[in-house]
Order: sequence, then structure tokens, then C-alpha cells
Amino acid sequence: MNMENMTAVPIAGSRSEQSAGYISQAAGSPPHPEADETIIGLEVHCQLDTATKLFCACSTDYRSDGPNTHTCPVCLGLPGALPKINRKAVEFALRVAKALNCEVLLESVFSRKNYFYPDLDKAFQISQYDKPLAVGGYLVIEGDKGEKMVRITRVHMEEDPGRLVHKGGVDRARYSLVDYNRAGIPLIEIVTEPDMRSPKEARRFLNKLRVTLEYLSVFDSDKEGSLRVDANISLQPEGWFDREKKSYKGRNRVEVKNISSYKGVEKALTFEITRQRNVIRKGHPIEQATRHFVETQGITTASRSKEEEQDYRYFPEPDLCPLRVSSWVEQIDLPELPDARRARFIGQYGCSPNHARTLTGDLKLADFYEKVAGNADPALSATWVADTLIGELNYRDLGIGSVTPSHIIELVNLVKSKTLTDKNAIDVIRAILDGILQKQPAETPSQVVKRLDLGATDSGIAPAAIADVIREQPQAVADYESGKKEAFMFLIGQVMKKTRGKADPAELNAMLRDALDGRGQ
Amino acid sequence: MVFERDVEHIAGLADIGIVKEELDEFTIQFNRILDYFDILDTVEGDCVYEQDRYNVLREDVISPSLSQEDALKNAGETEDGFFKAPRVM
Amino acid sequence: MAHSRLSFTPDDRVNAFLTTCPEPEYGTGRLEGLAIAIKDNISTKGIRTTAGSRILEGYVPPYDAHVVSLLLAEGAAIAGKTNMDEFGMGTTTENSGYGPTLNPLDTGRVPGGSSGGSAAAVAAGMVRMALGSDTGGSIRCPAAFCGIVGLKPTYGRVSRYGLIAYANSLEQIGPMARTVGETSRLMQVIAGYDPRDSTSIEQPYCHTPDKNIQGRRIGVPEEFFGAGVDPAVAAKAWEAIEVLEKKGAEIVTCRMPGMAYALAAYYVTCMSEASSNLARFDGVRYGPAADTKKPWHEAFQERRGTSFGKEVRRRIMLGTFALSSGYYGKYYAKAQAARQQVKLDFIRLYKEVDVLAGPTMPTIAFRLGEKADPLSMYLSDILTVPANLAGVPAISVPCGTVDGMPVGLQIMGRHFEDEAVIDTAFAYEQAVV
Repeated sequence: MNMENMTAVPIAGSRSEQSAGYISQAAGSPPHPEADETIIGLEVHCQLDTATKLFCACSTDYRSDGPNTHTCPVCLGLPGALPKINRKAVEFALRVAKALNCEVLLESVFSRKNYFYPDLDKAFQISQYDKPLAVGGYLVIEGDKGEKMVRITRVHMEEDPGRLVHKGGVDRARYSLVDYNRAGIPLIEIVTEPDMRSPKEARRFLNKLRVTLEYLSVFDSDKEGSLRVDANISLQPEGWFDREKKSYKGRNRVEVKNISSYKGVEKALTFEITRQRNVIRKGHPIEQATRHFVETQGITTASRSKEEEQDYRYFPEPDLCPLRVSSWVEQIDLPELPDARRARFIGQYGCSPNHARTLTGDLKLADFYEKVAGNADPALSATWVADTLIGELNYRDLGIGSVTPSHIIELVNLVKSKTLTDKNAIDVIRAILDGILQKQPAETPSQVVKRLDLGATDSGIAPAAIADVIREQPQAVADYESGKKEAFMFLIGQVMKKTRGKADPAELNAMLRDALDGRGQ
Repeated sequence: MVFERDVEHIAGLADIGIVKEELDEFTIQFNRILDYFDILDTVEGDCVYEQDRYNVLREDVISPSLSQEDALKNAGETEDGFFKAPRVM
Repeated sequence: MAHSRLSFTPDDRVNAFLTTCPEPEYGTGRLEGLAIAIKDNISTKGIRTTAGSRILEGYVPPYDAHVVSLLLAEGAAIAGKTNMDEFGMGTTTENSGYGPTLNPLDTGRVPGGSSGGSAAAVAAGMVRMALGSDTGGSIRCPAAFCGIVGLKPTYGRVSRYGLIAYANSLEQIGPMARTVGETSRLMQVIAGYDPRDSTSIEQPYCHTPDKNIQGRRIGVPEEFFGAGVDPAVAAKAWEAIEVLEKKGAEIVTCRMPGMAYALAAYYVTCMSEASSNLARFDGVRYGPAADTKKPWHEAFQERRGTSFGKEVRRRIMLGTFALSSGYYGKYYAKAQAARQQVKLDFIRLYKEVDVLAGPTMPTIAFRLGEKADPLSMYLSDILTVPANLAGVPAISVPCGTVDGMPVGLQIMGRHFEDEAVIDTAFAYEQAVV
């Protein structure tokens, strides 16, 4: 430990300056990492959903095709090939910049980021560096303590590298296999200020960003690998992080790379907090470092120093001309974004705030709901879609796209007209979804109701069932009469068993109570 | 003034192989050339080279890609439609 | 369309060609049946293209450079691929990975470079026309040394699509031929807009040379006759300028202060760009295979160390240095500022004069091995690099001999006024025929 401190101090002025505060704090009292504030910033890479790549006319629809079938001289980096910027990609990026309230720079420039890696066809990535497309925006998220603004540092465009495949697993393969189908897919990189205070907030930010990009029709989160995140995280004694000056005076931060799912972000950051707390608790300094997230194990591992020392030797890409697109922004008509739609759902359809948040939290779901709400009771539809349908879909790992709105319209109308009880309506949904899962021909709710005989009957069978139960369960009836509330629940359960759920539970409830109370008088 | 260790460092950064016997020669040459480049210190002002053109864009229209066979034709080693590359260790 | 075949079996004693096509097909058009030699850094579909480098040994492009498509569409026959300094890095063609080309006029001398193979093939009469590329004089220098005509067009006028990049912001493909008329004829075919090249400009060249230069103002920068320029060569260039004066041009002496740092700006820029451009040769997608049994960086270093020549490695390293953290401002950024100054010099001068003239090279062709020291070779580019830095058109036209070796007169014009450059050269050529 002494050795570490001795080597750590003299390296660089900035380093010792950074750790100075921590050392003095440690001298006064033992560190309390549990009380520290978590400071998180994100770099998010999303594939833009264009038809062609960023710098060539190869199709981006490569996922179902064999390796190296979507390449050309440009994206293979063949000698002599030249890039040309996809207008659509620029338009998509501008939509994002506008939706994130950014300032689009008068002039932005593509630069070469030089590094050697087998997935990089030209040995440089065309990216943006000192003149990005846009800077200085924000996105409002649901924070741990209510709504909060996460500031966006910059938004820039770059190309995706190719993909490496390791036969026999990443640990065992002796060589790499390279597929350049992905090389050149347009990416947008969104960098935030370190404004998130918990892994949960980071995940909420990502979800909000995802849904915003989907509303903008520039991103498809269903496509595998379409989102990648690098996160930087540090633990600072409360109050140390000076938000206004956005400076890290305190412990070093750690960059966690290679996160490729929404859940992964929360996992990686949670792991990293625990790891850093342990380091701090032992009295060690946090090294400024890059770590890799290993999704399968849910841990982060230290990466080799060579990567940290990289000097990317950025310079302007001489084969491309600068962009001057700030004036285009005014012509962009943004669609209704998630926050506005949520407010409208509350106002127009009478959705509860929670339902509205859930329903607008996914573009396809929101569109689905609107189709249902236009043809059935909107508030009732919100309950059925947000509370029941989503749960049943998630349970079966199905997307909202697998259900037809007309089925849910019919179902909600059946419930509304009391033709179907709530309980049996759930069974109908389950039957329909199970049918989809088993790839059976689609059934409408009324077909299911008929097949399973789930229709609510008039209360004709109810009095007989009640009479039977009262006769068969004298002990429970006696308990009820002596004031035991649980006995009523038992009796109603017995009645429902006999009516097989076809009677409206509320009505049964009243009838049973009448019958029992009538007896006593 | 650059020294042999600087040239070795640059060779590492450039990921280019040089042999020990070349180091002395490269170092002498680099010093002469870099000395000559010092004339750039006399350039006044921070004016930047201006590009006259901007917003040179293409439409988002798909063109056929190379066949897998053509894409791989010049590769030294391939496997199952992939290029084969040394591993980053 | 019926295609015919040419028989092309040159007596190539000077190593002008790296690849010859003994029976090239040709079609109909403005260049029908004409054998044209192509510099080996211009991609030709199905024909080996190495850019003079061992690292591209055996590479056969799956596509044609834009200019090659244009030549074929006009009926030309591709005679073969010509030798060059590796990736264009040189002024002598001695830096080829496949041995030097010799000057057909004196085989003890270099043909100039880097388009030495193209110039030699034309000068030796193996072909009438050739394509070269000019990053800092690589068309004009060998044209001057071999006694032929070579034009570096305005940047953007000829598509670079398919030209193996050495220094993208500086280089252009251009025509080389024995006469200004033939140079102009080839230019007619290769110039024009190419949507695949973002720096390409909609500016076709439909010109026929006109020798009337009455009233044309020709600027003569003092710096082109300054230190380092062989007085005998300078005298030849002056004589040529006087010929133009007799033909009605007005001669104005002027100054180009930016010349003081033009060469440094040029070399920093081209080395920086080259360090990035040449990083892709990793033996994965093309070229001799990298050893997949070794770790990536080791295999990569080995491939580059053994297959790139010394001059290429020198420039890659210096370019890497010029872009590296802590030195970017001193080298790359300053070079761009200097470049802008040179460009402003041209803009200022072109308010007063129509073209600028001076010698193409400071000396006649070097003896083989004479420029062993890299810096002394770099210094010989001083008169040609300004046109590349500014992107203006420039031509070299033969203007007599010194010690039996040709001297080139260089004429530079305004942006997109390649026609004025051609006409001035044509006026001189016609006057001395």
C-alpha cells in the first residue's frame, strides 16, 4: 500500500492534485463510502436506422445475411475508395439534436480517429472530434428525487466498425474472424454531463433516450446491438461534486466500456459501485482507468494499459467536406415526443399518470394504445393494456407487435358491457397469447369465450350456488355469523368455484351477503 | 531534437516495424527533417486552411454490394465467409 | 458492341511498366484503339494494382477508378500499369518496391517521380499517353526530367475515386503526353464530375488548345529563380518566358512570400495524411497475408516493417509524430496555417496576373542514387508543391535542354482555369516547334 502511494504521487501534477482531497479526508476520519454520492455520465452510441451506410450505398439490413455480403470498396477500406456522407443520416442526427435541445454548430467537421484494430477497415474511424454536429442540450428524466434534467454535452456522428467473431469462444480462439457488414453503419454518439446519481437514473436516462429516438423514427431498439453504452462513474464524498463547474475534484473516475443492453447499464454500474466502495474502504485510491463490462458475468474487468494510452491522432477527414446544417434545424418538424404524448394521454383519454407513463414509454405501445382507445372506453383500455396486457406479453417474451389492436378493442368492449368478467377476460388474453406463442391460427376474444365457455351468465345460477354453499358449509356460515371476516372470503370462493367465474364477482358478493345476512334476521 | 528512444516511441505509435540497425539512421534523418520543419514556427497568426465546399451529400439509396466472393478475393486467409485476422492480445 | 484487341509488347528496357496487358481490348470513342499507360496507384478492375509497393503485391482491385471507366468508355486500351515511387513517395521512382525506372534519355539518370514509369513509357515511345498522379509534383517532375508534357489539373476537376490515397487533400490524377495537344485531349476525357468523390467539381474540360496569348499577363515569382535553382535551368526557363513575351504576353515579376514555408507545409501535410492512409495495409483484406498465428500488433508491425520501403516508413513515422498529442499544434496545425498563406499568395497574385511561370524543377534529372539523403530529395520539390498546396492547375512543358537533359517550364493558373494553363503551354510549344 505504501508502495502504491509512493508511485502514485509523483506521476503527474494533476493526479496528485486530484487525490489530495481524498487523502486529507481520510486523515480526519475513516472513509464512509456508503454515504458517498455516485456520479455517472454516459456516452451512448445508437445505430441510426437509415437504408444505407453512413459513407457508402451498401444496405444496412445485414443481420439475417452471411458475413461480408454487405460490403463495397468503401466499407471494406479498399485502396482508392472514397466516402460520401449520407444525407438521411445527417437529417436523423439533426432530429436527435433538436429533440435533445442542442445547439447545432454552424460548421461541423468529420475527423479521422486513428487506431489499429482488425475490425476497423481503414485503420481509422471517421468520427467527429473538435467540431461535433451539436452541443449543449438536455433531456428530462424521472430521477430518484422527482423530475430532473440530464445535460447533453454533445451529439456527433460516426461510423460503426466491423464485427469480430471468435470461434470456440473469446477465451480460446487463436485468431479473429472479421465481418465488415456492420462497418460503416451510421452511429450517433450522445455524451451526457455527469448528471446521474444512481444506476437506476442511468437506466431511466437510457430508456428515455431510447423512446425519444424511436419517436423520432431514427432508431430501432429491437435490432440486436443497435445500442452501446460507455459509462463513467465515480464515488464522491457528498457535496464534493460541483455541478456547476462540472469538475471532478475528488476521486478518480472509471470508464466502463462495452455495455450493450439497458439492463447491462444498471448491472455494470451497480457492480462498479460495490467494487469502488471496497477499494475505498480499504483505504486505496481509485485509479483512473478503463474497465470492460462482461455481460455474461455481470462484472467489470480491468483493460490493458495499451488501450488507455492510445493517441488517436485526430485530424480532419480530407476526403469529406464540412457540414453547415445549423439552418436546417428550423425546417425539422419534430413529432410529438414522449412527454407531450404522456400529457395528452392524461388529458384526452383520462389515463392515470402511471398508465400514461407506461403507455408512452414505448412508441409501438403508445400507438397500439391509441388504436384501442379510439374504439373502446379509453380509461378502461388503459387499464387493460398497461396493467394486464403488458404483463402477460412480458411473461411470454412477446412484443406488443404480436397482438392485434382489434382483439383488445373487442375484449375491452366485452368487459365494458359486462359480457365478460375481469377474471375471465384475463383468461381470454392468456388464451390468445398462448395461441400466438404456439403459432396457432389467431382467435378473436369472442371465439375464445365461446370455445372455453367463459361468458358471464345472468345471475340465474348464482342463487342456487349460494344456497348450495350455505347448506354445504355450516361451519363457515356459523363463523361468519359470529363475526369472522375470513369466513366470508372462504364462502365467496366456494360460490365462485361453483359458478366457474362466469358470474360478476361484485354481484355475487352482494347476493351472498344478502343471503347470509337474511338468514340471521 | 529527437533521440533514438523517441524514434522507437514513434515507431511504436505508428505500429511500424523498424530494426535496431535502422534506428541510428532514422534518428539522424528525423532531426534534419524536423529542423527544417521548424520554419513553420515563423508562420504568423492562427489562420486555418479553408475548404471552399460544404454539405456534399448523397441520397440514402441502396446500391448493390460486392458479392461475398469478390469481397474476399484479395484476402490472404478466409474462413466461412469471414476474413481471418491475427488476434488482439 | 464489338470489341477489338490491341497487341501491346513494348521493349521496356527502362522498367517503366510493372504490369503490361499484351492484348488489351478497346472499344469505340474519342480514344479508340489508343494504348494508354496507367500509373500503378490507379485502380484497374482485374489488373494487378500495387502502387509500387510490396505490401500490395498480388492485389487485384474488384473495381475501376473513375478515370479508368472514362478511358474505357471512350475506346482506350489499357496498355499496362506503370512503375512509381512506392505510394507516390519520391521524386525519382527509385523508391519503387519493384526496382527503379530509368530515364530513357540517359539510363544513368532517374526519370523523376513519382510518376516516373508513366513519363518514361511516353518518352520512350511505348505509349502516346499516360495517366499520372501529382501530390507535390509527381506528374510535372517526371514530365520535366523526361522531356514530355504533364498536367496537374485543378484540385477537384478529375475524380480521385480509385486513386490509392497518399495525401488526399493535395493529389490529382492528370494526363501526360508528348505534346500539349495530346495532353489536352486526354484531359477532355478524364475531367468531370464524379458523385463518388466529395471533392469532385462539376467542371468538365471541353477545351481545344489556342495558341493566341496576346495580352495575357504572366507573373514570374522571384522565388522560382532563387537559391537552389541551377542557374542553367533558370536561364532556360527565362528564355521560354521571353518566347511567351514575344508572342504577346506581358511579363510581370512578383513575389510569393509563402514559398518560405511551402515545402515544410507540404511535407507535414502529406506525411500526416499518409500516416493515416497507409495504416489500412494490415494483410487482412488484401496484400500479403498477416501471420494469424501471431498477436495482432506483432503481426501488423511485421507486415508493415517488411513490406513497406524505408521512405514510406520514414514518412509514416514523421506523419504519426506530426499528428501526435503534443505536436499537432506545432506541426499539422501550423502546416495548415502555412498552406492557407500560400493559397492567399496565389489569390493575391492572380488579381494581377493570369498565370504564373517558372522552372518546373530546380535541376535536370538526377543521377541514379544522387538523392540518397531524404531531405535533399524533398528540397527538389520546392517549385512544384505550391500548386498542390493551393489546389491550382499547373503544367510542365519541355523548354530546351541543359547538358543534353530536358528542362521543364512550369505554368500555373487560377482555380478551374486549366484551359489558360494549357493555352500558354501550347503557345510556347507552337512557337518553338
